[in-house]
Amino acid sequence: MTITAPALAGTAVRPRGPLGEAVLDALTATEAADQETLTREAEAALHSCSDITTDEDVQLTLFLLYASAYGTLDGLDAGREWDPALIAVRLALESAFEQDLRARVAMPDLPEPTADAVARALFALVGADDGPSLSRHLARRATNEQAHEFLVQRSIYTLREADPHSWAIPRLSGSPKAALVEIQSDEYGGGRPDRVHAELFAKALRGAGLDDTYGAYVDDVPAITLASHNMMSMFGLNRRLIGAIVGHLAAFEMTSSIPNRLYADGLRRLGFGDDVTDYFDEHVEADAVHEQIAARDLAGGLAAQHPRLLPDIMFGAAACLAIDGAVAGHMLDAWERQSSSLRTGVTA
Amino acid sequence: MSTSAPQPTVTPYPDGPLLLRGDVVLQTADGEVIPRHRRTVALCRCGLSAIKPFCDGTHKAAGFRTED
Repeated sequence: MTITAPALAGTAVRPRGPLGEAVLDALTATEAADQETLTREAEAALHSCSDITTDEDVQLTLFLLYASAYGTLDGLDAGREWDPALIAVRLALESAFEQDLRARVAMPDLPEPTADAVARALFALVGADDGPSLSRHLARRATNEQAHEFLVQRSIYTLREADPHSWAIPRLSGSPKAALVEIQSDEYGGGRPDRVHAELFAKALRGAGLDDTYGAYVDDVPAITLASHNMMSMFGLNRRLIGAIVGHLAAFEMTSSIPNRLYADGLRRLGFGDDVTDYFDEHVEADAVHEQIAARDLAGGLAAQHPRLLPDIMFGAAACLAIDGAVAGHMLDAWERQSSSLRTGVTA
Repeated sequence: MSTSAPQPTVTPYPDGPLLLRGDVVLQTADGEVIPRHRRTVALCRCGLSAIKPFCDGTHKAAGFRTED
């Protein structure tokens, strides 16, 4: 398929099933939502779903509910953010999603709750991950069309890069808090708006002829891509999952610097300019810094401060590897079949 | 109120780079200033980085160990 920037940038997202339809109606209304209808639809959606990470209706619905908290999509009424009926739907979906993730992810052996042992265990966990390598494919073999699809898939998170982990800042204290802010400050450009990582990615999208409006490609990406983002939002927005969002960030940063060099190499091989490769080149250097701080000072520091959070720190890291591995696997499988990794046949 | 800048620090991270925090000028052997793009930088300790003096994470693939 050919991806072109739409003539009119719009963020009107289309629901993918009856639950999404009911929730989108409620999120855009100025009246309080009807609890009975929403509960019924949520129960029905969860009852009929076989794999929650690839369920289009459930993942898009969660994405919309989180978008209401982030304020990232036009048209969602701010007054509905804390609507009890909508929060109840979110909790029901989150509960099922979290249960699925905990069942899916193999828990690594727990290290001692010291900064050193946790950092070493995280580096070992990430080093042993044998998930599919999207970055090697991009570097060596990806076509121009696949590179565009890769940018479209990434746009869901990266146009708002770092935001899901920022929810954790006020929930931390002491040295883990300082470590997270040290990382996030760099993500947000260190005081320079033109160096905000999300802005560098927006520039990359424009350079590749794509739309940099947030949400422009939500309708194009499959459930698993939304699940990757929803997992971060769920970990970030629930205080009880503070360990998981910290572990997630550590694994995310630790799987970034080398892959980003390969992405940049691949994009250069395909003839993309500096405006597109800047984002990726920046992350080679930035994430080599962030991964050290995230593993030792943030995740290790938090485990030392609150040893009871250690299992969730390791769970969050393992969940990051598992779900981002599934996203990469989805793209590589589609391309192996000579087809698109994006949703096809999306009609109004 | 005047505050003096805190002392710069260099922290070795086990099996990894040196993290440099604070106001320090990096320069080449010829005295040319190496631009810093961020407040905290990681300096290559394994010798394998393609963006020296900065770390690019290659030490992990190379199995670099600092035995600390």
